[in-house]
Amino acid sequence: MAVYAVEVNNVTMKFNLAREKVDSLKEYFVKNIKKNHIRDEYYAVKDITFRIEKGESFAIIGANGSGKSTLLKMIAGIYKPTKGNIIVRGSIAPMIELGAGFDSDLTAAENVFLNGAVLGYSRAFMQKYFDSIIDFAELWEFIDVPVKNFSSGMKARLGFSIATAVEPDILIVDEILSVGDASFRKKCEQRMAEMKAKGTTMILVSHSMDQVLKTCNKAMWINKGDMMCIGDAKYVCERYSAKT
Amino acid sequence: MSITSLKEYWMTFWKYKELLKELVLRDLKVKYRRSVLGYIWSILNPLLMMIVISIFFSFMFRFQIDNYPVYLICGQVVYNFYSDATRQSMNSILHGGALIKKVKLPKYIFPIARTASSFINMLFSLVAVVLVMIITKAPLSLTILLFPLPLIYLFFISMGIGMILSVLVVYFRDIEHLYGVFLLALMYASPIFYPISILPPFAMIIIKFNPLYHIMIMFRDVMYYGNIPSLRDNIVCMAFAILSIGLGLIIFKKYQDNLVLNI
Repeated sequence: MAVYAVEVNNVTMKFNLAREKVDSLKEYFVKNIKKNHIRDEYYAVKDITFRIEKGESFAIIGANGSGKSTLLKMIAGIYKPTKGNIIVRGSIAPMIELGAGFDSDLTAAENVFLNGAVLGYSRAFMQKYFDSIIDFAELWEFIDVPVKNFSSGMKARLGFSIATAVEPDILIVDEILSVGDASFRKKCEQRMAEMKAKGTTMILVSHSMDQVLKTCNKAMWINKGDMMCIGDAKYVCERYSAKT
Repeated sequence: MSITSLKEYWMTFWKYKELLKELVLRDLKVKYRRSVLGYIWSILNPLLMMIVISIFFSFMFRFQIDNYPVYLICGQVVYNFYSDATRQSMNSILHGGALIKKVKLPKYIFPIARTASSFINMLFSLVAVVLVMIITKAPLSLTILLFPLPLIYLFFISMGIGMILSVLVVYFRDIEHLYGVFLLALMYASPIFYPISILPPFAMIIIKFNPLYHIMIMFRDVMYYGNIPSLRDNIVCMAFAILSIGLGLIIFKKYQDNLVLNI
């Protein structure tokens, strides 16, 4: 029997669109009195069920606004599904946005510890990995520079380096590798390949069919919140390419 | 809420204690970064404020208060902590939005961290209180050692209210502006620079609903008047603390999953 790293069971996510967002008291009362306090509901993900085996590389593909990132955020535990449930076995390293937890006033070194804590690692633990993080990011020169003076590529390098320093059971990647120059991108891909070889489960959102075919063996295509097809990466990519 | 779910909450909290520590450190580091005097400002600030207010009031009104500088600075320390902690907590979820949207985190960590960093800041300002006491040759009694007592009650009161505000402000941004007015009203409704004896009887009844009133009395009792707080005073302060933190936790728990959708 296969061991599942992620089980997604009948998951639905409903958003109240911000078109008429009520965020002031006056609006709230006015709307309530006028009785047109009707919320615009929007289903980003509709009743989706699938499983990801341990050690698998799984891609989610689809057009913009199809619900890929919403699905990813639910797996990462950032959103709670409106309906259904998600079971995750193992530790997750979410790379939804690199360096999301950086404080721009703190230096690179200070941010390593802050970001590490965000991911649930202690200062002592991060200290052990500190050298290898800065090595990989190639930022020894800028270690005492506040992150606000960093270029976006430098921030991404540091973020990627921290997120992958400790090998997680599940790595979640949301189109982040578009930042950074070619040589660093290559380095990232190499590291991800290494992690894959060691048995890390990977979940990837990407628009690049090449990347999906290169790194993933399974894939899922979703369109406007509905699952269109799921299965072998090659097969899913072909069908997706044929339809668009 | 069952025992197991309570235990679960505690476990997550424990898991994220490192993050709490890092966030508090961050706040403290960033606060005085690039200022020449740095942390000395935490001592200097209440001291200078006290001097300005006491000069002003000694010309305008003459209150019948022994050692007005000590009276004043004790009240100020309490009020300033409450105001700083709740205002910082109020914005903590909004400011942490970038993080909340990208990483799974217990959101209550943000208001708690802000309250904790305000608290540490306030501990620095206690140096100013002691300085003023020494300069004015105030009697130093052993009850000073009880100073953590009122401050811990105040910590929990501020934390609970901070949690409530941090949730409310996500839904209604108006709270941010409204709360400034509330803080001003609270300042006048607290015996910071006037003696309690000048209050008319009806105001005496109202002021008792203000937790800061009780905290200030207790704080001055231990710092200056050499009184050990009575059991009754302790129960009143504890009741405010439990009420505030209880309400804070309930409201926060109810809305925490939806915060990410509204930031």
